[in-house]
Amino acid sequence: MTTEKTIKSKEIVKLARVSRERRGRATAENRHLPIVLLIPAIIILAFVVGFPMLYSLYLSFTNFTLLSHASIKFVGLQNYVTVFKDPIFLGSLGRTILYITIAVNLEFILGLLIANAMSHIIRGQSILRTVMMMPMMFAPILVGFQFKWIFNDQVGLINNILYEIFGRPIIIPWLIERPLGFISILIAEIWMSTPFMVIVFLAGIMSISPEILEAAEVDGANEWQKFRHVTVPSIIPFIYIAMAVRSLDIAKAYDLVSIMTGGGPAHRTELIWTYVYRLAFTSQKFALGSAMSYVTVVIAFAFTFYFFRQLIKARQIRRV
Amino acid sequence: MKRGKHIPSRIVTFIVLAIFFIPVLWLILTSLRPNIEINTRPPVWISKNINVDSYLALLGFGVNPERFAFGENIPFGSYFRNSLITATVSTLLALVIGTLAGYAFSSFKFKGRNGIFLSLMLARAIPGIALSLPLLVLFTRMGLSDKVYGLVIAYTAMNVPFTAWLMAGFIGEIPEELNDAALIDGCSKWSAFLKVDLPLIGPGLAASGIFAFLTSWNEFAIASVITRTIASKTFPPGLFDFTAEFVSDWRGMCAMSVLMLVPAIIFVIIVQRQLVKGLTLGALKG
Repeated sequence: MTTEKTIKSKEIVKLARVSRERRGRATAENRHLPIVLLIPAIIILAFVVGFPMLYSLYLSFTNFTLLSHASIKFVGLQNYVTVFKDPIFLGSLGRTILYITIAVNLEFILGLLIANAMSHIIRGQSILRTVMMMPMMFAPILVGFQFKWIFNDQVGLINNILYEIFGRPIIIPWLIERPLGFISILIAEIWMSTPFMVIVFLAGIMSISPEILEAAEVDGANEWQKFRHVTVPSIIPFIYIAMAVRSLDIAKAYDLVSIMTGGGPAHRTELIWTYVYRLAFTSQKFALGSAMSYVTVVIAFAFTFYFFRQLIKARQIRRV
Repeated sequence: MKRGKHIPSRIVTFIVLAIFFIPVLWLILTSLRPNIEINTRPPVWISKNINVDSYLALLGFGVNPERFAFGENIPFGSYFRNSLITATVSTLLALVIGTLAGYAFSSFKFKGRNGIFLSLMLARAIPGIALSLPLLVLFTRMGLSDKVYGLVIAYTAMNVPFTAWLMAGFIGEIPEELNDAALIDGCSKWSAFLKVDLPLIGPGLAASGIFAFLTSWNEFAIASVITRTIASKTFPPGLFDFTAEFVSDWRGMCAMSVLMLVPAIIFVIIVQRQLVKGLTLGALKG
């Protein structure tokens, strides 16, 4: 059990240690082998990601729509100008950033509290962990359908419970009113993703050596002080990684929102990717959609790059 | 240590788990009761009509079709086959390709290493929805659209970056001495990898396998654009079969969702065991 815990946590720490160069020796074999090893990865990513992204970059400078394949004309930066002038796009961008911020922070707080509570339960912890992991196995689209039904205004679970409590039909349009729609989606998102945080933090907490906690107890620290001054500082790398991974994933959010509200009504819950989909597929404005997804991807790239740099820094600090 | 006898923690954990479990329970319950009861007001809390007919209908055992809007007509077998093939094959391929890449990153210093690594991470920042249309155009030209192996290729690529990242970490943890010993004994770098590193990275493979399998099994954005017919359609786009403009067979959808969850849960439980096995092996890592 103890080995399991320590090593489980090690896995997570390893996420941060991206690569180590301990064995790098400059022999002739070493010069070619790494490239050979990377070739399959490079080929498949070039085919599935690289080429399509270049193609949509090209399209973003044209007037291509799904309807008119015949006459593709170059329009220069016109699509990009349209994107930055589009109030709905700017609104969706702001909403997406707000969505990431609120969701990641709430998931972090909940995850930390739950993980801390679960860490005190030794017997049956692995069963609890399995139950906790259930939402991670749900497809986002399935979570979307499920919560769409839970928040249904006519026969949804929430309004049904309110019906029982107040003894009369209470019809709250959860998915329609502002800001209830946004809140409903956040609740679904938090239900779906908090378990990831819990699992990561639990692994971190279980890796803290008992001596440190005992020492804190001997020094007369209470539960809160132990949590605040021992547990949390000890799992900082875990927190950092979990939050970065979640931010990057939520930035890609599409399935859940598209099922629950489709970004509507009237763009009230529109996030970037539901809007891109609406433009590209529903309105057939594919060139414009491509330009918009490029703008968004560049922002995501900047964040990833920043994250990567921070990771290298964090790794160097830990090595010292 | 007072761990283990912590009453408030027990209460908090119990309540939280109950809250997290309600939607799961609700899904199962809904799949067992008639649509009429689901759609009625005032709400029916305790069903008098619990049965597994919706599952029987999906699995193709004849039940009275009147009670189901779509259940009888869903090509459940094809969806299951397509989902299973795409998820399993793409997971295996991603593990092979990702492990090779991870090995390159963790064990060698070479020109352009950071650049290639960064590109892999950037590839992961692109959502499926941004890729779906250019991929559709590309796949249609190459005859890969609406084909199971088209999806396999797409999902393999989606899973390679994360697998490479995880595996680079796992391989980096293997003690250098083991590798050196193998090299001194006359192994080449390559056979040192096969004989020394590979058996030690079991837990890493299990962990990456969980992530890759779940990603592929649950993927929707690309599948919804590239798959059209039962030749390649998987469960996630298949869930839409239960919704139509004016009616939806909510019960049937829940039943299929439960059936869709079962392999995922079994897989996670199996791999968790592998994980523990690998962990005892991993004790060597010290």
